[in-house]
Amino acid sequence: MTKSLPTDLAVIPDKGVDGAAARLTPERVARVIQILLAEEGGARLKVYTETCVHCGLCSEACHFYLSNDKDPRFAPAAKVKQTLDPMIRKNGRVSVDFMKKACEIAFTECNLCRRCVMYCPFGIDISYLMLFVRRICHRLGMVPQYIQDTAHSHSATLNQMWVKEDEWIDTLQWQEDEARDEIPDLRIPLEKQGADVMYSVIGPEPKFRAQLIYQAAVIMHAAGVDWTMPATPGWDNSDMCMYTGDSEMMARLKKVHFETAMRLKTKRIVMGECGHAFRSVYDVGNRHLGWKMPPLPMVHAIEFYYELFRDGKLSLAKKYDVPLTLHDPCNVVRGRGLHEMARFVIHKTCTTFIEMHPNREHNYCCGAGGGVINCGPPYAKKRVEGNRVKADQLAAAKAKGARVIIAPCHNCHGGLEDIVKYYELDMEIKFLGDIIYECIEKGEVDS
Amino acid sequence: MEHRQWDWDIGKKKIADFHQWRDLYKQVQEPVVSPDGETLAAVVEVEDMVFSVCENGKLWENTFDRIWYPRFGPNSRLAALVSTEAAWTVATADCPWEAVFDFVWDPRFSACGGHISAAAQNEGQYNAVTDGVAWNASYPSLSGLAMANDGTKTAAVVQTVPFNSGDIFQFQEGCYSAAVNGKPWEHNFLNLWELNFSPDGRSLAAEARTTLYDYTIVVDGMPWPASFESVWKPVFHPADGSVTAPVRKSGKWFLAKNGAIIWEKPFLQLWHHQYSRDGRCIAAIVAPAFGKWTVAVDSRPWSLHFSDLVTDLAISPDGNRVACVGCTDGRWAVAVDNRCWNDRFDMVWQPVFSPDSRHVAAKVEKQGRFFILVNGRPLKQTFSELWDPVFSPDSTRLMVRGIEDQNSGHYCRYVFQLSDLV
Ligand code: SF4
Ligand code: SF4
Repeated sequence: MTKSLPTDLAVIPDKGVDGAAARLTPERVARVIQILLAEEGGARLKVYTETCVHCGLCSEACHFYLSNDKDPRFAPAAKVKQTLDPMIRKNGRVSVDFMKKACEIAFTECNLCRRCVMYCPFGIDISYLMLFVRRICHRLGMVPQYIQDTAHSHSATLNQMWVKEDEWIDTLQWQEDEARDEIPDLRIPLEKQGADVMYSVIGPEPKFRAQLIYQAAVIMHAAGVDWTMPATPGWDNSDMCMYTGDSEMMARLKKVHFETAMRLKTKRIVMGECGHAFRSVYDVGNRHLGWKMPPLPMVHAIEFYYELFRDGKLSLAKKYDVPLTLHDPCNVVRGRGLHEMARFVIHKTCTTFIEMHPNREHNYCCGAGGGVINCGPPYAKKRVEGNRVKADQLAAAKAKGARVIIAPCHNCHGGLEDIVKYYELDMEIKFLGDIIYECIEKGEVDS
Repeated sequence: MEHRQWDWDIGKKKIADFHQWRDLYKQVQEPVVSPDGETLAAVVEVEDMVFSVCENGKLWENTFDRIWYPRFGPNSRLAALVSTEAAWTVATADCPWEAVFDFVWDPRFSACGGHISAAAQNEGQYNAVTDGVAWNASYPSLSGLAMANDGTKTAAVVQTVPFNSGDIFQFQEGCYSAAVNGKPWEHNFLNLWELNFSPDGRSLAAEARTTLYDYTIVVDGMPWPASFESVWKPVFHPADGSVTAPVRKSGKWFLAKNGAIIWEKPFLQLWHHQYSRDGRCIAAIVAPAFGKWTVAVDSRPWSLHFSDLVTDLAISPDGNRVACVGCTDGRWAVAVDNRCWNDRFDMVWQPVFSPDSRHVAAKVEKQGRFFILVNGRPLKQTFSELWDPVFSPDSTRLMVRGIEDQNSGHYCRYVFQLSDLV
């Protein structure tokens, strides 16, 4: 790895970042960094930053590095070198322009995908360090506009998409009505006390993809699951505050989510196909509150579908026969090891499965994760061009016959859709739930 | 009817043949039971997409396109949210309010059950409505409805300043306030949550965020003089009007009163604090260390702890005893006064103290069957559905309300002599 990096401070214009920069002084920047290094820069930060020997072994792990023709600026360790290292070395005395660049790197040049951890001989978690930079940015009020707006929505509505309390309930009732046209005795039981399962989703589902709630209801119905959905805030398991560095708001969101399940006395929470939300409920948010693990069992949809098929709760009317491949989402595969369960479900429901390479825990990130896609249109081109290796990987799977990509994660969907479009791959992207819904015996179907 | 006027005669009353309802109606939703145990009710589908409420086998005369959230008030009067041709209202005891709304939700009962409030939306404008009468003012958004005990006041977080989508800097100026009976506080905040009225209904407290990083408690629109890294729900002292809330400082949680820390001992987590009725004692759920959950009484944590969680804190009426639900390795238990009852369960509901504070009962679940524990010992009946136990006002009897899991599947109301049970 090169020792000195280009010091180009040009940044992409962003109302959130530029607006904050206009109000900041170098003194305030220094003070905030000093406080955070002193109060929150504990042993983990110290070990990571002091252990890195700049060997560059992590570089080949990073899709940004590979996709940008191995430009050394995009190597994982280089991201630290351009952001946190100078802040530590200069005890916070960095310029506002420096912070703008650091903000762009931390928010839009790292998906916090943790692929590089596996390649580092010391297990240094670059994503942790990039999150620390984001924490500093948050405390400076310097966060890209789109994701900050999402964080505001989380704070005001306790969901990601400004969904109002009545809109949420109305959406569930609407989906129940729609589903009853197909399956007359189907219900989406709201506020049922003591059900086995509370089903939780992310904000975009009621806003843009309400049919996923419909499909989940059909799967629950067909499998005979005793389930409920809350009619109060707390239904949204997603968490962009985890990614903006607003840990306090992240904690608040996780509290209301878990306490909603506790209030309903459900035995566990099953969540839809979302990766970042899983990271928040299973690892980061719960632990910030003092829970070592999720206080109630937290089951990702992949694991839930796996259980339903393993236990014979679902039977198939047909198998899905379009050749397909699987994109392993970082947060539930590197983060939780659900890759074999996903394959189990695919083998149950599909005729022709084609592996993409690399796969499982070595899969490349979709490029959307870590809140990068949530930073919005200003960074879209950079994001998609920063993941050319993903396009190559998909194209190779396509060359072997795959026409559909299963991506059991909302962010991955968004990221892969952009990649498929930009690189003209002409592949369809589906959730596991789409396939299951299409293939199962649905019970009493209205003719 | 007052509790003491309820039927406290020892014995079992068959109230309703719930299982038979399933044969009568296309769909029978989750049943609810009145506090006095005399009525079982459920939303039922009487014809295709035509719904009514069945109370003890008798249908409401009114039918609706949709009915949901049936709940009994403290006076055992049933209310539900109902809609006809997309117009929503609240129906109490088969009588819908005259006023209708584009949507109505989150109904609340006053302490005596005489008043019902709900959040309402008409043409994208929001307010609260009590007994069919809406606030004069309405707002572009409303959340977190709260009601004073006597039902004369409602409050909610409302948006007072318009901002365009993506206008993050306007949002950061503060665009929300709390409206009490429609009238907003003078100041705006970034966020307000967990509105809570004082017991006499005169004051309202809330959690507030005043900048992206500063949290405090606001009482009647006035922030505490101190700000913190975060705060949890404020609670009024039962008598003296002071307000306490958990606050986070330097990464640790403390209990603060009117802005000043009163529990000097830091906790990794501290929430859901409660006063005893006389205000003498405060108990809270705390984590003294990571993954170690217990109860603290007047800042002193129990030695007993649970690894997964502690929830459903309850203080006895005399303020001398505290109970909670705890869970370790997925196995749920009841703990009272720093001691855990023997058995472990699949789920445990909030423990209930007798009025004389001597006895504790709780609903528990094991392998799909529900039963009642009294002072740690199980009653022998098991149920397929069960509601929280209720002690008689003189603490000599216990009412159990449940649907039997054997034979008939009847909903029954039992009254036991406590001395026979303990
Ligand atoms: S994007 Fe992934 S591989 Fe690249 S630096 Fe970030 S965590 Fe490491
Ligand atoms: S592999 Fe590890 S030690 Fe080597 S440069 Fe990357 S982070 Fe540093």
